[in-house]
Amino acid sequence: MSSGATIKAKRAILGPQATRWFGRGWLGLGYVFLYLPILALIIYSFNDSNIASVWGGFTLKWYGQLLQDREVVTGLWLSMQIAFVTACSSVLLGIFAAFALVKYKRFKGRTLFAGMVNAPLVMPEVIVGLSLLLMLVSMQRALGFPERGMLTIWLGHLLLGLAYATVVIGARLQDLPPQLEEAAMDLGAKPFQVFMLVTLPMIAQSLLSAWLLTFTLSLDDVVLSAFLSGPGATTLPLVIFSRARLGVSPSINAVATVIILVVSVGVILASVLIARQERRRAQEMAAAQRGG
Amino acid sequence: MKARTMAKPSFIQGLLRGRTAVIGLPYAWLLIFFALPFVIVAKISVSEMETVHFKDLISYADGMLRLSIKLGNYLFITQDDLYFLSYVASLKYAAVTTVGCLLIGYPFAYFMARARGTLQPALLMLVMLPFWTSFLLRVYAWKGLLGEHGWVAEAIEAVGLDQLLLAAGLIPALGKLMNTPFSLVVGMIYTYLPFMILPLYASLAKMDLRLLEAAADLGATPWVGFWRITVPLSKAGIIAGSMLVFIPCVGEFVIPELLGGPQTLMIGRVLWDEFFSNNDWPMASAVAVVMILLIIVPLAIFNKYQAESQEAKR
Repeated sequence: MSSGATIKAKRAILGPQATRWFGRGWLGLGYVFLYLPILALIIYSFNDSNIASVWGGFTLKWYGQLLQDREVVTGLWLSMQIAFVTACSSVLLGIFAAFALVKYKRFKGRTLFAGMVNAPLVMPEVIVGLSLLLMLVSMQRALGFPERGMLTIWLGHLLLGLAYATVVIGARLQDLPPQLEEAAMDLGAKPFQVFMLVTLPMIAQSLLSAWLLTFTLSLDDVVLSAFLSGPGATTLPLVIFSRARLGVSPSINAVATVIILVVSVGVILASVLIARQERRRAQEMAAAQRGG
Repeated sequence: MKARTMAKPSFIQGLLRGRTAVIGLPYAWLLIFFALPFVIVAKISVSEMETVHFKDLISYADGMLRLSIKLGNYLFITQDDLYFLSYVASLKYAAVTTVGCLLIGYPFAYFMARARGTLQPALLMLVMLPFWTSFLLRVYAWKGLLGEHGWVAEAIEAVGLDQLLLAAGLIPALGKLMNTPFSLVVGMIYTYLPFMILPLYASLAKMDLRLLEAAADLGATPWVGFWRITVPLSKAGIIAGSMLVFIPCVGEFVIPELLGGPQTLMIGRVLWDEFFSNNDWPMASAVAVVMILLIIVPLAIFNKYQAESQEAKR
């Protein structure tokens, strides 16, 4: 080490080398913190012991029991249906909301609109769930509709999904160079054609990530579902939650492992796909610009 | 379908109508399913509960127009210690969680943003992946980790950290980590950490590193450069992350229910019990209204930040 570097290292609290190792250590510990519970869930799902935290050997019996567990199977099916509908509708409505926020800088009540779109991101779910339920109950008393069940759960999940979808799609819309849409307009494309032929292909990846995100959000939600579900509409998270309240049970670990595996594979596949598409698009853009 | 018929008449007309539909549809949706419910909650919180229905606030009988507003629920909230203590405890736990997330998350996001460029997408993906896997299940996992013979519990006891936690009043007795304020805070920090890291990373990653070089050339030590340049430039991320953690934590229900044990009071649980156990809808509504009042300032800050970040790009 040269003398200059020594002086610099002394003036810093940690030298550059030490900082680098401190950084690696911090990141490493952080990731351990984030992943340890997931790892523990998976490992203990193979635990052959009724006391969940004592290791009693390897087994697959919890997975076998899962298939016969009617509560879990029907709950999963209901949750999947709701999550699918929620994801599709959130993305659809999210495109509208993101467009309104990004493309139209001025309209009456824009602040209120932005506030209402963003608030469900942070609003405690007990408040959203309670207020939506009380409204739906008043509505039901006045109109005889809607009955509590799948439909009302979907309405709640859509509020949450719309907020997340709008953020994801809006971020992508903001990044788009406006020249492409303007060029299409100049060449005589109608607004709707511009949207279908220029904008939509460019935001397609964000639509996919928004869809996946809202799907998992809905698949996972406890509080809104608890308020909005009716008799006979017990989603999987409600089943898991009521069992988890009683204590640790290996059956939950098995469900957890299956869900985590499916979701992780889905998310990783989707992001690889998105990254590849992104790269191809960037290359095409670069080629087009060189050619032009 | 709708949009195609819109485009027909003329270019300008089509644009205008398209604009109305684009704004109007989500707007109307949110007004009906997000804003209106709050009005109804406010109304029910001052309603008298009759056997099945709520009494109307305004009634007309025998030539008398009556407006009856029941303030009893609100009076009860101010008088009964349970509610006051729960509100205070919720704010306290939310604040502790926010500070904890910031202390862990800031260095984390900082080193992520300064990692090799090729590594960063993978590092980011690794932060987001647990965020995609079930939140409920990850919270539940801590029950095992902190329970008797749990991995983390044994590690903490082996290091002797439990003495420190006992001294800090976070656990009631040695050897009992689950169902304590400690397990509650661990669960909340764990759950909300990605919400803190992501906005922090976003603001740290786009920072112009030449500013630090300039500061170093002018004689600032890295430490001074960090506090005078890096931290102020990441202010937006700090505010966004803190609000994303603090506001939902105030009303958190699932984490205290699974990890907090029966004695940790949080207002989300009180509301839940009023609604599901006592079936007292007006009381639950009043609790919700007061909770909204508590978080309205942070909510306004969050919305302002969101609006700014949604406009900043152009």
